[in-house]
Amino acid sequence: MKEQLSTIRAAALAAVEQAQSATQLDELRVQYLGKKGALTAVLKQMGRLSPEERPVIGQLANDVRASLEAALDTASQKLAAEAMEERLRAEAVDVTIPGRKVTVGRRHPMYIALDELKDIFIGMGFTVIDGPEVELAALNFDRLNAEEGHPSRDWSDTFYFDRDSRVMLRSQTSPMQIRAMDTMPLPIRMIAPGRVYRKDEVDATHSPMFHQVEGMVIDKGVTMADLKGTLNTVAQRMYGADTKTRFRPHHFPFTEPSCELDVQCHKCGGAGCATCKGEGWIELLGAGMIHPHVLEMSGIDPEVYSGWAFGFGLERTAMRRFKIDDLRLIFENDVRFLEQF
Amino acid sequence: MNLSRKWLNEFVSVTASDQEFAKAMTLSGSKVESTLREGDSIRNVVVGQVKSLVRHPNSDHMWICQVDVGQPTPIQIITGAQNLHEGDFVPTALDDSWLPGGTHITAGSLRGELSNGMLCSLKELGLTTHEFPYAMEDGIFVLSRDPDLEGKLTPGADIRAAIGLNDHVVEFEITPNRPDCLSVIGLAREVSATFDQPLRLHKPVVKGGGPGTLSCLLDVETPADSLVPRYTARMVRNVKIAPSPLWMRERLRAMGVRPINNIVDITNYVMLEYGQPMHAFDYRYVNGGKIIVRQADEGEELTTLDGNVRRLTASHLVIADETRAVGLAGIMGGENSEITADTVDVVFESACFDGTCIRKGALALGMRTEASAKFEKGLDPMNTLPAVNRACELVELLEAGEVVDGIIDVLNHVPQPTVLKLEPDKINALLGTDIPQATMARIMERINFQLHDGQSVTIPSWRGDVQRMADLAEEVARFYGYDNIPCTLMRGQTTQGGYSPEQKLENRLGALCRTCGCYEIITYSFISPIAYDKIRWPADYSMRQSLKILNPLGEDTSIMRSTTLPSMLDTLARNYNYRNQRVKLYELGKIYLPGGEDGLATESKVLTLGAYGEDMDFFALKGIVEAIVKDIQAQSVRFETADPHCPAFQPYHPGRCATVWAGNRYLGVLGQIHPLVAHNYGIEEALYCVELPFPALLAAQGPDPEYTPLPKFPPIIRDIAVVCDQSITVGALEQSIVNAGGSLLREASLFDIYQGKGIPEGKKSVAFTLTLRSDDRSLTGEEADGVLQAVLTALEQECGAVLR
Repeated sequence: MKEQLSTIRAAALAAVEQAQSATQLDELRVQYLGKKGALTAVLKQMGRLSPEERPVIGQLANDVRASLEAALDTASQKLAAEAMEERLRAEAVDVTIPGRKVTVGRRHPMYIALDELKDIFIGMGFTVIDGPEVELAALNFDRLNAEEGHPSRDWSDTFYFDRDSRVMLRSQTSPMQIRAMDTMPLPIRMIAPGRVYRKDEVDATHSPMFHQVEGMVIDKGVTMADLKGTLNTVAQRMYGADTKTRFRPHHFPFTEPSCELDVQCHKCGGAGCATCKGEGWIELLGAGMIHPHVLEMSGIDPEVYSGWAFGFGLERTAMRRFKIDDLRLIFENDVRFLEQF
Repeated sequence: MNLSRKWLNEFVSVTASDQEFAKAMTLSGSKVESTLREGDSIRNVVVGQVKSLVRHPNSDHMWICQVDVGQPTPIQIITGAQNLHEGDFVPTALDDSWLPGGTHITAGSLRGELSNGMLCSLKELGLTTHEFPYAMEDGIFVLSRDPDLEGKLTPGADIRAAIGLNDHVVEFEITPNRPDCLSVIGLAREVSATFDQPLRLHKPVVKGGGPGTLSCLLDVETPADSLVPRYTARMVRNVKIAPSPLWMRERLRAMGVRPINNIVDITNYVMLEYGQPMHAFDYRYVNGGKIIVRQADEGEELTTLDGNVRRLTASHLVIADETRAVGLAGIMGGENSEITADTVDVVFESACFDGTCIRKGALALGMRTEASAKFEKGLDPMNTLPAVNRACELVELLEAGEVVDGIIDVLNHVPQPTVLKLEPDKINALLGTDIPQATMARIMERINFQLHDGQSVTIPSWRGDVQRMADLAEEVARFYGYDNIPCTLMRGQTTQGGYSPEQKLENRLGALCRTCGCYEIITYSFISPIAYDKIRWPADYSMRQSLKILNPLGEDTSIMRSTTLPSMLDTLARNYNYRNQRVKLYELGKIYLPGGEDGLATESKVLTLGAYGEDMDFFALKGIVEAIVKDIQAQSVRFETADPHCPAFQPYHPGRCATVWAGNRYLGVLGQIHPLVAHNYGIEEALYCVELPFPALLAAQGPDPEYTPLPKFPPIIRDIAVVCDQSITVGALEQSIVNAGGSLLREASLFDIYQGKGIPEGKKSVAFTLTLRSDDRSLTGEEADGVLQAVLTALEQECGAVLR
């Protein structure tokens, strides 16, 4: 019997070694270890053995079973691993084939620029307000010190709805200063972005409709130093902490003193280049201390309150931000343009 | 405004480089746009003297010249010009020299003879006979023929210095509040204050003594006195019209004014120097020796100096004699009184007219002139007298005529000087500075504001813009330096920033549209009135009432839109024309309806979507709208077939248009655009649009959702397919299912609609998946069957739908 067991072991192990598939391994398991298998057949003859031989042969038979099972398991694992490898190989994809398209819409570049600005001002305690675009000349002009006879009131510059030049398309967001003074409780910190209209033919730098952002602060003890400090911060938030700014005197009818804020040209660092038209500086916005007469007309005592205001063109900011060279692109809404942002 | 630095130096000495000068002036409020260096494009061109000229042996028209250019020996230059003589001084471009336009001159040979450069004509130096009237157009610029150059020329000298083509001209942007700076003297005052250098002003001295008595020769009346604050005039007799001297021509040229003749040049010179427009007219055409400044008669005609016949209205101010107008006040002189070569007696007018009147008059005629541009800003009436005297002084200096004694000076309105208190504390409080009173006083002195006892200041007449403390604060700040004002952060009561509920919803809707694949667009608020026809709005539809711009840029942009649809369709059409294949757009834009408060518009926003392309159909569009209304938590949302007779829905395909509702609230309309409308926009493809008025969305916005516990028990899922008449809507079937399903029915979702083989003509098969679940137990099959039976019964009774 010993020989029988050794023969079985040798034959079985050789067969396992040769096996090519899981099916073959299953067949071998049945052939040798099954109820009618070769090993079982040998063990059935155990009864014929002497009591001394039985434990020895029994032990040997168990060894053979164990080694066979181990060999079968090892072989099966190996085959499984090979099969997995084969499958993975077959499933490999060309990763350079483009992904399935997900179309996500885009924010208009001008509103991207506006959103950034709104965030900056909201962070400083400003509210964002909206107001009418069809506006009273009284608010767009008179209440802003641009009295009868001011050139911007001409029909060649401003769109009107009546012969008396009473109702117009606002030519600036500045009437929002007046609306805020008339309706909001003091102190006020607000920005008012929106559409404005001027009678300009469409070209690369002009459009009869464009956007401005107005801003205003009114409180007791507000100073021009505050204006500088705040707008400086805004410029740095917009263009980076190392942005250099300069304030220079200017004129607006509704502010006094007035100024314009320039940022140093990012391209040439102030040396002068095509971007800044050789000046080294790029004009960012106009600002100033609210004219005392404007405050008075709104029933605010300039001896008690003071304030500052600013306004700037959103298109120019967006165009600079995204290096857009033609204003017409902004209002053309070509998806090949819009998908770039 | 251009400024010659040579001319400026007559009034204030500043040696700063162009760059330093520009920076300092910009920071004190006179913004420098650019600086032009005259003659910059000319290099290595010198004064040469022709020593000899002989015929070129191989040419019938060329000359071989030996030219003294200040070197030990003359150089040889060949020229084809015929106007040269021995001894003439000429501009000589040496070997390796540069001329305007980038012309490079090098030595070479001409028909076998060496030429070491080129003799230059006026044109080659970029000049004209206006600037050098003694030179000829064709031929070499013979310098020595100009009486002002003759005897002052040295061979070898740089040509630019020799003819005064070496000024630096600074271009300023002058703000409208500072008309005084539209002059050399005005800018000199600013330069003097900026660099803290003394200002040297000159008081004109007129010798006079010309023949006659002014009061007998000339009389002035100003019936339109409210429009003529001041009218000043003097007379010059026996004028000798001639070119003006080189120094005057040089300055005019530097400032961009073309020299004409001595009298005209004097008026221009004084205008540039004093900022006071001057007009000279021929006395012999002033009938009756009487000047009347009056409003024009309606329809009165006048031929202006430029040769155009102008039809005037009562809003124009004219200079007239007893019979007719001889000039358009403050704008342009009349052709009938123009200075000509045979003019003998001249009237110099130096007046101050009402700015608005001049501006409107010029605008109405479309002729903004140098003079009108100055007048419209409002000039200093105190300037007319020195200006007219300066003109007469120049006449005498140029020996151009004899000045008659006396001055006509009609003073209708003498402005009282403004006196303000200098309040350092208030100024510092406004600026956020701590500037000492003495510094402020010193600044006042620098800008010629006269300070009394350190307390009050008298504002000079040319500074009409300074009227109160804030204006003085700006003056202080300008010269203290805006850069020296500290940067502080705001103090005081804290304010709350942030978005309003409306703004939050706007942001949310935009984000959602983008998630659905739509690009944001911005369209004009004004449209063409034809747009309403293009979208098939009935002629009598009330929404056609729009605010009309009375002075639009064009018909295309002449009315304020009462619907955003045309703007969207225009944009779709533009993209279609650009051959963009798939397009999905959205805009949250305003409509403007007449009848708002105060005669204004009622402005409200509409969320508009537009799309086309192979991935679009009605249900793709509806999916987006469903996503939007779900996201804003609108309750009881339903879609209905839009009434095809409603005028608002005429732009849409009558069979593919739905209205969307939240309960009884109308949220908007969606659908395919009517093929005729698409055709009107040049598109033969299917277009899809949605219009959702923002106020409705805001009102329908539901509360934030509350959490619903996740199911603990498994659902039972049953599919049913029923056959019904084709006319029965899926919505009706769904409604029956939901009503009959009771609380155990959690969801009924459509998964198939089938027509064709196996289904009778006129019928359709509709299949739903029903999800049944209880929150407190596992449902039994019997329970599910019970619900299913109830659903099928309801479907049969209510919709005539039977189980397939």
